[in-house]
Order: sequence, then C-alpha cells, then structure tokens
Amino acid sequence: MKYKDYYQILGVERNASAEQIKKAYRKLAHKYHPDVSKEADAKERFQEIGEAYETLKSPEKRAAYDQLGSGYQAGQDFRPPPDWGRQFGQQFGDTQSAFDEADLADLFAGFAGGRGARGARGAKFPIPGEDYEVEAHITLEQAAQGTELDINLSVPEFDQQGVPRRVPRTFKARIAKGASEGQRLRLSGKGGKGSNGGRDGDLYLNIRLLPHPLFRPVGHDLYADLPLAPWEAVLGASVEVPTLDGAVRLKVPPATKSGQQLRLSKRGLPKLREGAGDLYAVVQIVVPANTTERERELYKQLADVSTFDPRSHFKRA
Amino acid sequence: MKIEITDAVWLDERQQFSLAELADLSGLPEPELKQLIDYETLLPTDPGAGEARFGAHCLVIARMACRLRNDFDLDSGGLALTLTLLERIRALEAQLRALRVLIPQQGKY
Repeated sequence: MKYKDYYQILGVERNASAEQIKKAYRKLAHKYHPDVSKEADAKERFQEIGEAYETLKSPEKRAAYDQLGSGYQAGQDFRPPPDWGRQFGQQFGDTQSAFDEADLADLFAGFAGGRGARGARGAKFPIPGEDYEVEAHITLEQAAQGTELDINLSVPEFDQQGVPRRVPRTFKARIAKGASEGQRLRLSGKGGKGSNGGRDGDLYLNIRLLPHPLFRPVGHDLYADLPLAPWEAVLGASVEVPTLDGAVRLKVPPATKSGQQLRLSKRGLPKLREGAGDLYAVVQIVVPANTTERERELYKQLADVSTFDPRSHFKRA
Repeated sequence: MKIEITDAVWLDERQQFSLAELADLSGLPEPELKQLIDYETLLPTDPGAGEARFGAHCLVIARMACRLRNDFDLDSGGLALTLTLLERIRALEAQLRALRVLIPQQGKY
C-alpha cells in the first residue's frame, strides 16, 4: 500500500486543529472543485484533497490514520502496524500482505460515519453504491454514426479478507448516434456495488467531442470556414464543400460578404431520435499572397473603374 | 478480464423522474430537493400537474447540488445561489462557443 500524507496534501501541520483542517480544505476545495475549477488537474487534485479531508475531519479516522505512523514519505510502500485495524473495530484479517494491493482511502472508507459509511460492514441499513462519472472523448464521426466505447474503471471492492482493493472493470458501452458536446448518458447499475440490499450505483458518461480539423460543433449544428476568392464572392460560384458524409456542391450567390453564413440544411450532426442539425459555411474572402504582373494590372483597372467605397460610413460618422 | 457490453441511455428531455426517483438517483433527500424547488433552482416540467415530474436536466442539477453540499457544507440558500451562478456560467460559455465558431481558423488560407 502506498502512503499518502494527508496533512501535507491539505498543507497543515500534524497537530492542526479541526478548525484549521476545515479551513484548509475549504480553500483548496474552492480552488480545485471540478464543478467550478478550470485547473488542468482539478479532478485528480480534488479527489486527493477530498480523501485527505474525509479522513482528517473525523476524530476516529484521524486517530487511526495517525496510528499508522508519521515516518513515511508520500508514495512510499508501507503496511499498517500489527493489529492496527482491530484497535478501531475493523476486521481486516490476519495476513499483513493482504494490505499490499489496498488503497489507503478505501481502508478508511470502511469506518462508520459520513460518506465513509458507504460499504461499511456491520451497518444494518441499505447503502446504495457509489455513482461514477467519466468523460467520454469521441470524434465527430463517432458522434454522427454511433460507436462503442471502451471504459476502464478501477473501483474499490472488499476481498475475502475484508480488505478493500482496487479492482479493474471494463465496459463496452454502445452509444447510439446523435451525441453532442456535453450530453450525458446513464448506465444504470454499473457504478459501485450497493451493500445491505442497497441498489448498485450508476455510471454516467459525459460526452466530449474531440477537435476536428474542419468542423466546429455548436449543439448539433456544425460550422466550417468557406474560403472564397474575391471574384467568387463578387460574381457568385459553385464550390465543393466537405460534409461528414462526403463533399457536396454549394451555390454561392453573387455579392456574398465575408462572415456571411451559408446554410446547408441537415448536414450537421444527426439528432438523437430524428433529424439533424445544419452545416453553416462561414465565408472568408481571402486574397492571393502572390500575384503576377498581369493580375496586378487587372486589379488596378478594376480599382480605376469601380466606385465602390467600403469605408463610406467613416465619412458619415 | 470480463468485458461487459451495455447500452447507455441518453439523459434527454424525454426522460422524466418523480421527486422520489430524483432523490434516489441524486443522493439528495426529498426535503432538500423541495427547498431547491422553492428557490426555483429545480423546476418541474409541468408546475400545475398533480404529481411533479422532472426532466433529465434536473437530475444533472440535483447530482451537482448533492456534490456541492457534501464538499462545501453549503446550506440550502448558499446551494441555490451557487447553482444559479453555475447555470449562468454554463449559459455564458455556450454563448461564447457559439460566437467562437464564427472566427476563422487563422493561418490556413
């Protein structure tokens, strides 16, 4: 089992008061809570902080944790002293090696009280299993066609000796077409095991769409840049435009402006039950980086005969 | 290793839950859910109906409420305010995404 220094995680001394521990937790929770934090490692840090607070806020768990000893470094392999569990009413069995694969947090999860009561052996009331929530990253193509996702979880379960261990579980979740960014799916009963007759928890998948080189999704609509040459925008043109189902021809009307959105109906992401979003081609009028002498001559002729003033409103202001 | 194959169910507006189901799935007791309804943080699908039913988005809010209450020891007033502000942030982020897609991807043309 790897040692975790809960006092170090919360940034407090080992003799910190309950109030100091609470204050330290609140400050860190505020910074790393996944519902509000934008820190890159927020989820992992918050789990670490929550685990530390869950143990240190309870006088019983804190006493048990302190009894493990204080000479260890974070991440160091260690074992609880002999009979450690029995002092605190926990029956983990007699074999010291039983702790080798255990996780420190799961060890304290078996103590009574607070959220740690989930799975507490000896409890008489039904305890529902924990819900798990994971992010599922898929491509736009997978969202459009539907897909199967491999989900790997490491979940705590009690072994025959009563020691909590991390057990790998793997799911293949079938996801029907129609996903969009931020949508959620629920896999009923695929979360943590309930105890004393409590129902098993659920697994929630939060869909996250991976960036695409061409398309930018908003809900079920897709947006893509449509670069046009100046003459195409002025005269109109028939251009080939990519979609998720292959290229299609789009008629660009004359006098099309930069920033204008040309809608391709039902060419966006399919919706859950029927229909689909639209694809919007966002016009970007681009000029050639290099021009020939002849081209520059023609542009100058156009400049000489045209009365178009794109900045006439400057004079009016 | 055993691989379980399972169909995932979308949480969308067609799925509805009773108050009891919402409490069971979110971990938030009914009295606390009722407080969030009083604060209009949770809104039933049809306020005039006899038995209140709630859309799937209410399950998302209720689960978040349970997490925030547990993690920050918030009372009902603080919880309702936090959820309102988080919803406002979510709406603003959605508006920002909708605007960002109109900005051309630089350096490609």
